[in-house]
Amino acid sequence: MGHELGLTTLQMAEFVARGVLAFEGVVPEALNARFLEQLRAPAGDAEKTLSQAYSRLIHNPSIPKISPGTSLPDCFQSGECLHDILNLPVVKGMIRSLVGDAPIFDHHFLHLTLGAGTEMQRTSKAVSQHNHQDSTIDPRQAFDIQLFYFPQAVTRAMGGTRYIPGSHLRRVSEAAIARYQNIVGQEHVVCPAGSLYVFHMGLWHGAGRNQSTQDRYLYKIRLGPNAPQVRLWNDSDLVTQPDSPRPIFWTDPNHKDPVANQLMALEPWFEADTGRLELINRLKLWRYITGDPKADVDYWLTRVENEWGLP
Amino acid sequence: MAARQKVLVLYLATSALDTPVVGWAQYDGLGGSKPMTGDEDVPPYKTGVDALRDGWRLIQASPLVSHVSGEEFRTDYLKYEFFFEQWHSIEPKL
Repeated sequence: MGHELGLTTLQMAEFVARGVLAFEGVVPEALNARFLEQLRAPAGDAEKTLSQAYSRLIHNPSIPKISPGTSLPDCFQSGECLHDILNLPVVKGMIRSLVGDAPIFDHHFLHLTLGAGTEMQRTSKAVSQHNHQDSTIDPRQAFDIQLFYFPQAVTRAMGGTRYIPGSHLRRVSEAAIARYQNIVGQEHVVCPAGSLYVFHMGLWHGAGRNQSTQDRYLYKIRLGPNAPQVRLWNDSDLVTQPDSPRPIFWTDPNHKDPVANQLMALEPWFEADTGRLELINRLKLWRYITGDPKADVDYWLTRVENEWGLP
Repeated sequence: MAARQKVLVLYLATSALDTPVVGWAQYDGLGGSKPMTGDEDVPPYKTGVDALRDGWRLIQASPLVSHVSGEEFRTDYLKYEFFFEQWHSIEPKL
């Protein structure tokens, strides 16, 4: 199945391996400005506490109340900011590649992190959010995605979302990982206005501490699949069982395979032994989205499935 | 003389103390610092042994646990967790 604006096979491999893709500055500035203007109107930022700010924002019609389970095409009306953002060709193609044409709406939320020095911030003690995995223990092979939309430019001082690449396949219980203050290879969102990040539902993350003078806004929406997530992207270049798989350990420097390289790229925080299990779990996810139950890279699954002699 | 505890948690690449740090957390019972999530991108020590050499006392290490049949490939929490402590004397408040 081909989609002109869908993800590439290499991007899908990156999503499988790292659990995150970034699309920087893809939302036009006029749309970002309109989104922010609607959030700030009509009262502006005059509240003294975060709870007061949310008391106003929760009634803001630009982020409608939607029941979980609603089909995404039925969630937003044409002309609404969020409708226009989610229907940008690059965004629509990305969503379709990961969860299909009519994914299931789970929930959405506007995250507001107050800027330092403001009256609002002084009353709410700025701290970073602990690392966590959203929702709860989720043993599915199918996956939901979470889109993070940053309508304004995010600097390092603004405490953009922190995330741990490659953590998405670890089955943990929400904030049970809060003790992990810092992990080698953690990343912090720093991006131009109008950037979108798409997370696998399992990616470990948390909000950073806002040490700037600006309030930071983040809109997040969670979407689930309503059909098998098999070959939904631009898969014309997909090869799951090459005629001549690349040699392993005693490798061939002339054998180029960017997709295999991406799938096998280790994160710097992986334990020596568990990192290999991460590769196996990535390959199981790769089999799911390619629809090929024999797909493998570097013999990781084929080796442990060789039950010679069994009926 | 009163004393207060500082705690250092290191997550290592293997069960051996002389292997690289992959994650860490710090808690300061003296109140002189307030470590929080995401505040550092570089580990305080390269290995667990480096922490020992800097005066940290190891008080707990995660055990090696057998893999449950059928769940051999499952990954979840960071596997090699080591707790260290330091005790610091403080002047009593008059």
